[in-house]
Amino acid sequence: MADIIPTPTGHVRLGSNAGQPLTRRDGVLKVTGAATYAADNRPDGLAYAVFAHSSVARGRVTSLDVDAAKVHPGVIEVITPANRPPLGRDPDGKAHMFSWRTEALQNDTVRYAGQPIALVVAETLEAATEGARLLAPRYAAEPARIGFDAGEAYDPPAVGIGSPPNFAKGDVEAGFAAADQVTETRIETPLQYHNALEPHAIVAAWDGDRLTVDVPSQAIAMARNDFAAYFEVPPENVTLRSPFIGGGFGSKAILNGPQLLCVLAARMVGRPVKLAVTRQQMFGHLGHRGATRQHLRLGVDGEGHLTALEHNAISTTSSFDDFLEPAANASHNLYATPALKTHHTGVRVDTGTPGPMRAPGEASGSAGLECAMDEAAAALGLDPLEFRLRNYSETDPASGKPFSSKALRECYAEGASRFGWAGRPLAPRQMRDEAGCLVGWGVGTAMFPAPMFQAKARATLARDGTGLMEIAAVEMGQGALTALAQIAADGLGLDGDKVELRAGSSELPDGGIAGGSGHTATAGSAIFAAGSDAVRKLAELATRDEASPLFGAGNAGVVGRAGRLHRADDERRSEAYGDILQRAGLSHIEGEGAGARDPADAAEYAMFSHGAVFAEVKVDPDLYQIRVSRLVGAFAAGRIINPRLAKSQLTGGMIWGISFALHEDAIHDPRTGRPMNADFAGYHVPVNADAPSVEAFLVEEVDRHVNALGIKGVGEIGVTGSAGAIANAVWHATGVRPNRFPIRIEALLH
Amino acid sequence: MNLFDYVRPASVAEAVAAASAPGAAYLAGGTNLLDLMKAGTHRPARLVDITRLPGLDAIEVLPDGAIRIGALVTNADLARDPAFVAAAPAVAEALLSGASPQLRNAATVGGNVMQRTRCAYFYDPDSACNRREPGAGCDAHGGDTRGQAVLGWSEACIATHPSDFCVPLVALDAVVEIAGADGAREVALEAFHNLPGDDPANETVLRPGELITAIRLPAEAARFKAHARYLKLRERTSYAFALVSAAASLAIEDGAIVEARLALGAVAAKPWRARAAEPHLVGVSVTAAGFEEVARRAAEAALQEARPSGDNARKIELAMRVATRALVLAAAGSPARMPALPGSVFAPVPTLTAAGDVHG
Ligand SMILES: Cc1cc2nc3c(=O)[nH]c(=O)nc-3n(C[C@H](O)[C@H](O)[C@H](O)COP(=O)(O)OP(=O)(O)OC[C@H]3O[C@@H](n4cnc5c(N)ncnc54)[C@H](O)[C@@H]3O)c2cc1C
Ligand code: SF4
Repeated sequence: MADIIPTPTGHVRLGSNAGQPLTRRDGVLKVTGAATYAADNRPDGLAYAVFAHSSVARGRVTSLDVDAAKVHPGVIEVITPANRPPLGRDPDGKAHMFSWRTEALQNDTVRYAGQPIALVVAETLEAATEGARLLAPRYAAEPARIGFDAGEAYDPPAVGIGSPPNFAKGDVEAGFAAADQVTETRIETPLQYHNALEPHAIVAAWDGDRLTVDVPSQAIAMARNDFAAYFEVPPENVTLRSPFIGGGFGSKAILNGPQLLCVLAARMVGRPVKLAVTRQQMFGHLGHRGATRQHLRLGVDGEGHLTALEHNAISTTSSFDDFLEPAANASHNLYATPALKTHHTGVRVDTGTPGPMRAPGEASGSAGLECAMDEAAAALGLDPLEFRLRNYSETDPASGKPFSSKALRECYAEGASRFGWAGRPLAPRQMRDEAGCLVGWGVGTAMFPAPMFQAKARATLARDGTGLMEIAAVEMGQGALTALAQIAADGLGLDGDKVELRAGSSELPDGGIAGGSGHTATAGSAIFAAGSDAVRKLAELATRDEASPLFGAGNAGVVGRAGRLHRADDERRSEAYGDILQRAGLSHIEGEGAGARDPADAAEYAMFSHGAVFAEVKVDPDLYQIRVSRLVGAFAAGRIINPRLAKSQLTGGMIWGISFALHEDAIHDPRTGRPMNADFAGYHVPVNADAPSVEAFLVEEVDRHVNALGIKGVGEIGVTGSAGAIANAVWHATGVRPNRFPIRIEALLH
Repeated sequence: MNLFDYVRPASVAEAVAAASAPGAAYLAGGTNLLDLMKAGTHRPARLVDITRLPGLDAIEVLPDGAIRIGALVTNADLARDPAFVAAAPAVAEALLSGASPQLRNAATVGGNVMQRTRCAYFYDPDSACNRREPGAGCDAHGGDTRGQAVLGWSEACIATHPSDFCVPLVALDAVVEIAGADGAREVALEAFHNLPGDDPANETVLRPGELITAIRLPAEAARFKAHARYLKLRERTSYAFALVSAAASLAIEDGAIVEARLALGAVAAKPWRARAAEPHLVGVSVTAAGFEEVARRAAEAALQEARPSGDNARKIELAMRVATRALVLAAAGSPARMPALPGSVFAPVPTLTAAGDVHG
C-alpha cells in the first residue's frame, strides 16, 4: 500500500471511550451461546466431512479401502488422490510469505503422522467418521525421524517468517576473552501444539461459482484471496465469514489442506459441507511450536556488564517445509552487550510443519535467555534483577537504534515493589513456607516487538446520530470487538452505544492480520482514521453552511464529541451530526482510513513492548511437585485502549508461561512419530489450581512513534519472561537448574 | 464410531442377560467407555445402558456397620455424602482428587473400578497392545514409560490401573459385589483386578455378563477414620492422573499404631495393597520423633519388589516418598475438613519441621 493516509487527529480526540476498562461488547452473546462460531453453522442440506489421517510418519499410502467406506450407510463420497479434482494452485507451492506447504491429497506421500490422507463425506458426522475408519489405510512406511538427534540437520535460509538465521555484532570471542566470568546454559523446549479451545472447523457452500466459507481466520482478506486462487474464482466471489474465533494463537492464520478439501467436497457433492477437526487432529497438520535445543554463553566483566552474548538454537521443522522457531533472536533486542552473536540450525523431523505459535521464538528464546541471565547473575553473586538493570539497553543492542519508547525500568521497579522482591536471599534453598515447602523467587524480562500490518476501514455517520465502522477485523477472544469499537467511537466522536462495529467478514474492508500482537495498532489506526475522515467531511459541511452555528469556524476549528460538532474556541456553539446531515439533505456521510506504520518512524526507531515478570514457586522438599504460587507482571505497551482486556491478555499470556514452564509437552513416539498424548487428558495446560495468583499491571508509557495512536500490543508479551521467571524461581527454591521445559518432578528429584 | 445395539434393561437380571452376548459392554457414566469408542480402542457391538437400573444408586449403612455403595452412585455424590466422608475420609479425598467436577458428576462407582488403563499405546488403535488384542505385542516398551508400572508388571504388559478411588478402598479391604447369570457373588477388591502375567486382556475376575452391583466397605474400615489420608503426586495441581499416589490408614490406640494399611496407586495394573509395609508400622508411636524414618522403612518394604519397566526408575523412589508422606500425614490425623485441594501435596497440611516431625 503506497498511499498511507496520515491519521488526522484534528477533529476527534482519543480518550473518551478508548482507555476505559469496558466489559466485552460480545460478552452476553458468548455466555448465552448466541455467538456463532464456524462449526455452529448448519445450512440446509448440510453434509459432513471427516478426514482419515495417517498413522505412520513417513512413507506412502499403498491402499485405501474406498469400497468399504462407500457402502457404509450414509456415506456420500470419498475423496482420495485418485479422484481429487484439480486445484488452481499447488498445495506444495509457496504463493506468499504466509503460505505453508499443505496436504490436499496431491499425492500418496506421507510426511508425518496425523497427515490427512482421504476425506469422507456423509449424511452424518458418525457415518463420515466410521467411513474414514473403514478406509483401513495401508502404508509402505519408512522409519520416523523424531527428535534432535534423529533428524537431519541443515543451515536454514531463514527463521521465523523471513528473518535471517544468523546475526553478529562485535567480536564475541574477544568479549569472552575479556570477560571475568563466562557461563553456559543449555535448555531444551518441547513441541507444543496451539490447541485453541475451538478446534478448527469450516463450513463451505457453493452457489454457482460463488463460494461462502465459514471458517475461523486470523487473516480474513488473505484467506479469502487464497481460497479464490485455489478454486479459480475471482476473490469477490468468495465470502469468508469469521465473526468469532475461539482462540487462534497463530494456527488460524494459515490456510490448510483439509479446508481446501472441504470446499472441494462441497463442489463435488453439490451441497454445503462441514469439516470440524477432532481434538486429536489438532496435533497434526495445523502447525505447532517446534522444539528447540538452545545453548547460550554469557561473558561478564567484574562490574556485572555483559562483554559478549552468544545464543545458538537448534529448531525442529518438518521434512518438507521450513518454519524454524527463531529462538535465538530473543537475544537481539534486550540486554546491552558490545558483542552479540546468534545462530540457528534446523533439524528436519517427521512432524507437520511448525508455525507461528503465540510469541514464536520470543517465548522459547526468552525462556532460554532469562535462564542464562539468571545463571550468570548467580555465578556473580548478584541479585538477578540488579544484574538485568546493569545490562539495561538504552538503545537497541542489535541495530543501535533508539527505542520508540521503553519504560522497562519502570516495569522492573513497579513489578518488584508489587511482588515484594526486596530482601530476596541470593542463595537458593533459603526460604520455606509455613507448611515446610521450599519457596523460590525468580524474575524474567518480557519483551515483544510492536509491529504493524496494513488495514483499511470505512466509517459512516448516519442522520439518526449513529455511526457504523466496517472493517474485517478479527475477534478471537482477545476482545477486538470491544477495543476497536472504543477507538471507533472516539474516531467518530460518538458515544460508544451509538456505534456499530461490523467485523469478521471478507465483505468488509481488509482489516489486516490479527497476529504479531499488531491488530489493535493496525486496525485501530485504520478505524480512527476512517472515523476522523467522516467527521472532517461533516465539519466541512457545517463550517461552510451559513445556517450552522459553526459557520466560519474554519475546518480545523471544530471538534466532534458525543455526536455533536463543537467550535474549538467556543464550547457553547455546537450542532448535532444529524442536524448537519439533515440540512445538507444527506442520509449519511462516509469516511475512509488506513492503518500502517510510517516508514520514516520504522527506519528510525526500534519498537517493542516490555515487561518484568516476577514468580514465586513453592516446591515440596521431598516430592518436588511445583506450584507457581504467585506471578506478578508489570508491562509497558504504549497506549492501552482497554485496561481490562489488556490485563486479561497479559494474565492469559503469563498463564501460558506457567504452561510452558511446567506443563505443555507433545510426546511423539520415537518409532512411529505419532503424537501419543493428543488430547487434553494427556496434553496438559494449567487449570485454575495451577494459577492461584496471577496479576498483571500496566505501566504508563507514551509512544509518539509506533503510530499516531501510540498503541503497541499486549497479545503475546505475557508469555515471554514468565517461563524463565518460573524456572529461575524453581532454581531459587531447589538449587537445581532445569535444563528442559516443561520442568518435570523427576528432573528435580535428588 | 461403529454401529452398535443399544439396550436399556429394566432389571439387573435383564442387564446380565443382555450383557452376556459377545461384544457387549455396560454403559454407566460413559466417561471412559465413550472416549474409548471414539478413539476406536473399544468397539462394542452392544451397549447395555445400566444408568436406569433401579436400586443401584444408594449409599446404605448395613446392620453390621458396613457401608454399601451402589454401583451407580456417582463419584461426586459419594465424595460429598456427609456420613460416608466421616466414615472413610481418605476415600472421599481420593475421589475428589480425581478427574474434574464435571467428570465426577457423571462417573459412577462401578465405572471407576472398571476404568481401563491410560497407557497411551492401549488407547491408540494403531499401536500393538496385548491388553487390547491378545498376542499383538506391546509397543509401550521403548516408548514413553513415565506413567508405566514398577510393580507386578510382565513383559506382556507394563500398564497401570489409574483409579484414585480404588487405592484407599483396597487399603480398607473393600469388597466388590457382583451379579451374574449364576446369581450373586463377591470378591475382595484386592483380588478383583488381575496382574497382567501372560494375559493382560484378562483384566478382572468378572466373567462375561457379570455386573458390579455395589462396593462394600466393611465395618472395620471405620477404625481408621481418624487417621486416613490420600496423597497424589502429579505436575498439574488438579485434573491429572497420578504419577504415583498412596493411601495410608492407621488405627491408633494410646498413641501407638495397632493396625496399619497402605496402598499405592499408578504403580501396577491394579490398586496395589502394600501388605509388606504394614507390619513395620504396628506398635509404633506416631508422636515419637523418628516416625518418619519408620514410615520410610515401611515404604521401602512396600517397594522392595519394584523394578522399572522402562525409563521410570525414579518412580520407585517417588513412590517410596509419597508413601512415606502419606503415612506421616495419616499419623497426624484426618483433616477436620476436606482440604481445598484434596489429595494434593499443596493441601494445607499440619506443620512439618525441618526434621519432618509432626506437630498437631
Ligand atoms: C479427562 C479424564 C481425567 C480423569 N482423571 C481421573 C483421575 O484423576 N483419577 C481417576 O481415578 N479417574 C480419572 N478419570 C477416570 C474416571 O474416573 C472414569 O472415567 C470414571 O470413573 C468411569 O466411570 P463411568 O461411570 O463413566 O464408566 P463408563 O465409562 O460408563 O464405563 C467404564 C467401564 O466400566 C464398565 N462398567 C461400568 N459400570 C460397570 C458395572 N457396574 N459393572 C461392570 N462394568 C461396568 C464399562 O463397561 C466400561 O468398560 C478421568 C477420566 C477422564 C476422561
Ligand atoms: S503396556 Fe499393556 S496396555 Fe500398554 S500397550 Fe503394552 S500391553 Fe497394551
